[in-house]
Amino acid sequence: MSSTAVQPPQWQQEIFKVLKEGGVHQIVYVPDAGHSHVIRSAIADPEIQDVVLTTEEEGVALVSGAWLGGQRAVLLMQSSGVGNCVNMFSLLESCRFPFLTLVTMRGEYAEFNPWQGPMGKNTQGALELMGITVMRADDPENVGEIVSAAYDAVFQAGEQVAVLLSQSLIGRKKWERN
Amino acid sequence: MSLREHTIDRREFVAKLIAQLPDALIVTGLGSASYDVFAAGDRPENFYLWGAMGGSTSLALGLALAQPDKSVVVITGDGEQLMGIGSLATVGAKQPANLTIVVLDNGHFGETGMQQSHSSLGTDLVAVAKGCSIEDAFHVGDVADTAKIAERANARAGTVFAQVAITAAEPPRALPPRDGVYVKNRFREALGFKPF
Repeated sequence: MSSTAVQPPQWQQEIFKVLKEGGVHQIVYVPDAGHSHVIRSAIADPEIQDVVLTTEEEGVALVSGAWLGGQRAVLLMQSSGVGNCVNMFSLLESCRFPFLTLVTMRGEYAEFNPWQGPMGKNTQGALELMGITVMRADDPENVGEIVSAAYDAVFQAGEQVAVLLSQSLIGRKKWERN
Repeated sequence: MSLREHTIDRREFVAKLIAQLPDALIVTGLGSASYDVFAAGDRPENFYLWGAMGGSTSLALGLALAQPDKSVVVITGDGEQLMGIGSLATVGAKQPANLTIVVLDNGHFGETGMQQSHSSLGTDLVAVAKGCSIEDAFHVGDVADTAKIAERANARAGTVFAQVAITAAEPPRALPPRDGVYVKNRFREALGFKPF
């Protein structure tokens, strides 16, 4: 990979800026290409703990524990991970924990892999069934603003919000290796 | 099959352990572990889970990272830890010096009718913890070993994992508050945080 030499997309830089300036101290994640700049930036930032998870529901509990201890944390995952979280989401409503997750979408735009469809097409529904407010970001120009609005709703009003980052932001995945 | 003798009384063990952890932040897994901790004396620095099975160690990791100058102790059961077994790998990757995980292991799912769990069907939780690079992982077979756990927890000198061989006896239920908002706000207030 030549990722260090290539400038990351502007919208990914804006996401990290919102989190950093907002005072996030823990960024916990199951990785995805669309999150790669934020993850790299978290790892490089001595004021932010980066935590890689074995499964996404760990992150729901982890960011709740961070809040309990007075820190702001955010969970990054791919749409498939939302399905893994469903019962753990009960923690958020039961204790009214503020909760922010950024979800990169699969299975909804120029998808190659049919196995991504069932969860990708039901990601928004699954989140809403569990009481989480869903915001969508489809236009690279608006990603920073939408993430910032979600951030304020979570940490000012104590809401539970997921921002779905459209697959169209990331573009078509290349399946052939040269 | 586990060849270890399970002789420890869970209530006695938890009460003796907590008595030696006056300043610790305690997170409990749902079910009997919560009842044991509550029976030892309710305190604002206890966070009781009534659900979110498999999440106690992850929640405690987030708390431990946020509060590095406090000892954070998870007290949970074998079934709850098994459901979140991957969280041990996540803890191993972070190595929080202030996190101690205490698994009260009776080899059974006590809350649901005493069905056997994996820890009495071949899984060695200490070996799993060590395999997840939690080096200070050990079996506990005697109530006197509460001191060994408490010393380590209070020292905050490395992640600790203790598997405690409790009997499968079921003491009377002692029910902690199940209003999660109350328990959360009380806990945060004890740490000096105001409601937002």
